[in-house]
Amino acid sequence: MKHMLEIRTPLTADVCRRLRAGDLVALSGEVFTGRDVAHRRLYEAAQRGETLPVTLDGAVMFYAAPTPTPPGRVIGSVGPTTSGRMDAYTPKLLEMGLRGMIGKGGRSLVVREAIAHYGAVYFGAMGGVAAHLSQWVREAGVIAYEDLGTEAMMRLVVERFPLVVLIDAEGGDFYEEILNRRRNQKQEEKQEQKY
Amino acid sequence: MHAFREIPCESITRTIRELFIRANTELPRDVLAAVESAAHAEKDALARYSLDMIVENAGIAGKEGLPLCQDTGLAVVFVELGQDVHVVGGNLNEAIQRGVKEAYHHGHLRKSVCDPLSRTNTRDNTPAIIHVDIVGGDRLRLIAMPKGGGSENMSASTMLVPAEGREGIKKFVVDRVAHAGPNPCPPIIVGIGIGGSLDQSAVLAKKALLRPLGQPHPDDERVAALEREILEEVNALGIGPHGYGGDTTALAVHVEMMPCHIASLPVTVNIQCHVARHAEAVI
Repeated sequence: MKHMLEIRTPLTADVCRRLRAGDLVALSGEVFTGRDVAHRRLYEAAQRGETLPVTLDGAVMFYAAPTPTPPGRVIGSVGPTTSGRMDAYTPKLLEMGLRGMIGKGGRSLVVREAIAHYGAVYFGAMGGVAAHLSQWVREAGVIAYEDLGTEAMMRLVVERFPLVVLIDAEGGDFYEEILNRRRNQKQEEKQEQKY
Repeated sequence: MHAFREIPCESITRTIRELFIRANTELPRDVLAAVESAAHAEKDALARYSLDMIVENAGIAGKEGLPLCQDTGLAVVFVELGQDVHVVGGNLNEAIQRGVKEAYHHGHLRKSVCDPLSRTNTRDNTPAIIHVDIVGGDRLRLIAMPKGGGSENMSASTMLVPAEGREGIKKFVVDRVAHAGPNPCPPIIVGIGIGGSLDQSAVLAKKALLRPLGQPHPDDERVAALEREILEEVNALGIGPHGYGGDTTALAVHVEMMPCHIASLPVTVNIQCHVARHAEAVI
């Protein structure tokens, strides 16, 4: 398996340019959580030209809403939700300086092009292993939209959080590469059977 | 005179509370065994690593009492109510709803239920979805199934033309899994309901997810064969664990079937993520 690349937030254009779809990454530093309703609010605030409750410049957004924090712990279980639901809002947030996103699942072509245009990166975290992922969170606290409860935006500080680059700054798409690889394998097998 | 067995609402509430906390923190043994055996069989290093993470996660969640996944689900409850049971001290529906509220509050589980239009959270993870079957006897069987949104979103129902038959069913299911790709957190379990009505096919598909993994359909070889063929086709898609590639896109395919109208062929595919949570008790 590939070696894990160590990177830190805030993400710079330079760091993003060096990452390739399929790279394994250990991310450290500050990330914000936000999902459906928080995205709608950020988007609408940005459209109206209002100041956003968080600075997006070089920021990383984690599409997540953790379980409530049990007593004596930093955070409950935390893991990615399906990113595609945030697609409608993403190009606007990238325009506002957002540089990294953490989630799971495919993105629209529009988002993929916007990621390439702004030199950003879309990372995948593994779904359904949220007790495991919570171990790499060092700090957690609500930072905006507290009224949303479960869906409130949080600021997390993570240390060596394990990720895979799903879409890189040149628009390379890991999921697509995987399926292409399988298609080519199948074609080769068919060819072999012929001869 | 026929005797009824009394079951107090209190004990129903307490049982539901325990079941949802247990289901959310302990991965069923059959699921764990299926993931471990898939990890042995995978040739791809990233796929093996991904499956090992699932096994490790189950260990940490069980040891720390933490939820396996941050999405602790919509609360689905299957009830088998013996016709000789008399529920006393309240109302069965309310007793179950109260048990769900208590589980999600005291168990530090995420409240993931909202109004469909305003998207305002109900803040206690109710209402639970309750399916009741009346059966013989004087027992009450409760099955708690916290169902994640990501996999549920990739599910679908259709009314096929009977002429499409077996091949039509296979095509619908495999296309659906291919379309879902990495979104429902593979390796998935594919629950399929065939027959009945539109609504009944969906209930059959969900019940199919409760069958222990590795057990083919018990009494219809045609259905068991369909399960094997669909599993093979789904795993040939190459989506793999978490969509990172590999031979394990699904751990199992389970089909439940019943007769339907002469004009119809209802089919539902209900996708379940690898965190296939359910726990049950008999009172």
